[in-house]
Amino acid sequence: MSLAFREAFLAFRRWPALSMLSVTTIAFALFVASLYGLVALNLRRALQNIEERVEIVMYITRGTPVEVITLALDDIEAFPEVARAAYITADEALQRAQRELVEFQGIFSEFDTNPLPASIEVRLLPGFRTSEKVGAVAERLGSFNFVDDVQYGDDWLAKLDRLRNIGAVVGLMIGGAFALASIIIIGTTIRMAVLQRSREIAIMRLVGATDSFIRRPFLVEGCIKGALGGLAALGLCYAAYAAVHRLLFQAEFFSTQQMILVVAIGTGLGFLASATSVAKHLRQI
Amino acid sequence: MIKFVRVYKAFPSGSLALRDLSFHVAKGEFLFLTGHSGAGKSTVLRLIYAEHLPTQGEVRISGFNTAKLNRREVSQLRRRLGIVFQDFRLLEDRTAEDNVAFALEVTGAKRSVIAPKVMRVLAQVGLTAKAHQYSNELSGGEQQRVAIARALVNDPFVLLADEPTGNLDERATRGVFRLLRDINANGTAVLMATHDLDLVRHANYRTMELQDGALVFDSKVDQQAMKKGTA
Repeated sequence: MSLAFREAFLAFRRWPALSMLSVTTIAFALFVASLYGLVALNLRRALQNIEERVEIVMYITRGTPVEVITLALDDIEAFPEVARAAYITADEALQRAQRELVEFQGIFSEFDTNPLPASIEVRLLPGFRTSEKVGAVAERLGSFNFVDDVQYGDDWLAKLDRLRNIGAVVGLMIGGAFALASIIIIGTTIRMAVLQRSREIAIMRLVGATDSFIRRPFLVEGCIKGALGGLAALGLCYAAYAAVHRLLFQAEFFSTQQMILVVAIGTGLGFLASATSVAKHLRQI
Repeated sequence: MIKFVRVYKAFPSGSLALRDLSFHVAKGEFLFLTGHSGAGKSTVLRLIYAEHLPTQGEVRISGFNTAKLNRREVSQLRRRLGIVFQDFRLLEDRTAEDNVAFALEVTGAKRSVIAPKVMRVLAQVGLTAKAHQYSNELSGGEQQRVAIARALVNDPFVLLADEPTGNLDERATRGVFRLLRDINANGTAVLMATHDLDLVRHANYRTMELQDGALVFDSKVDQQAMKKGTA
């Protein structure tokens, strides 16, 4: 195996321009795909932030004893879909309304008694925030006999669902197109490198090299080029992210695992492109 | 050792490169293969190192039918053959030493074995002093010597030389031919394709002439016939 590594590194030394061209091409192909991944990541995060606001409000019938509500809170928090449930007394509801709805300040002061009901605000866990699932939980919450009304903004949730579905389909299509373009570009780049060395491969075969012996340095070379391309793509992505983060809006960069994934994809694509190119070439000689 | 039995070779275009060719090369023999360009000399060599397969008939090398070898076995066969070409086919960006070592590396030989063996064959071809020079810095004759050293390093039982002096001046030609004779004197069979009839005439070796893919003359067969006639 050390010979394969030596031959692979020798190829970088012998054809620095071609090797650099390969790495640069792979880097840009992966950069475009990764940049799209970064955009998708930030869009998903934005969507998650919106999703976190999904809330079911149970309005409580006046005169319900606090003990009943406390017991119900325990039951509600035991629901597998529920992240937390908070009891808001009628007084707290009024204070919040006065604080948040400043333009109605005058109206609130005219009331002799508090017109707002007590409520329980229920937040759901991620994965249970779709229109269908929220509706199902709301229905179950409505079955408590102290509940006057249950609201969860079903119209707004349906719109969020549509947005999420459109995002997933468009993301899959554009992401797939970028990934396919990257695979084709990387495959062509590696094929050029293999063709450039076709004379050397023919000589190897003539002196008795087996196919696996010929293949090994190319596979190592493909992996190195892919990994370097992946690292360079990450660098370019970081530069783009830093510019957006500083000049436009707060954005998020890849996690360590995602960065490792980008380099691993580059390495894997380099390996696959080399394997197919060399195999194709060997079949012809 | 090398046996052709009623071999025909046709190419996809339909042209017939060899027709009904039968001959046998014995261990340690020196054989000239002559004929005009396109007579089929190189095709004979390609059939021996299994780059081509016969369309009809059998090519047997050390008892193995080349048509039945898989790719790995073809590689194994080539390690036991030494092949030299008119255009040298050296790796230009490597030194003479590296080019020769390469033929050993593909066999998986250890480094400790490679270095002394390489120096031994380079000494045999008279290139010890130029071991560290890149092949494209060497003269044509020297490049062909490196190619011969590469062909010899795996101790082949036969050296196949396809117009090895075709690109060389007279002096270099003499030097390379002397080297091939020495190699043959040490027991390695040599099969040399050439159209240099001067070279053939001055050496007293078996000669086979091809014409349009057919064998029209074999000095060995003719001598045997002559002996039978005089007996």
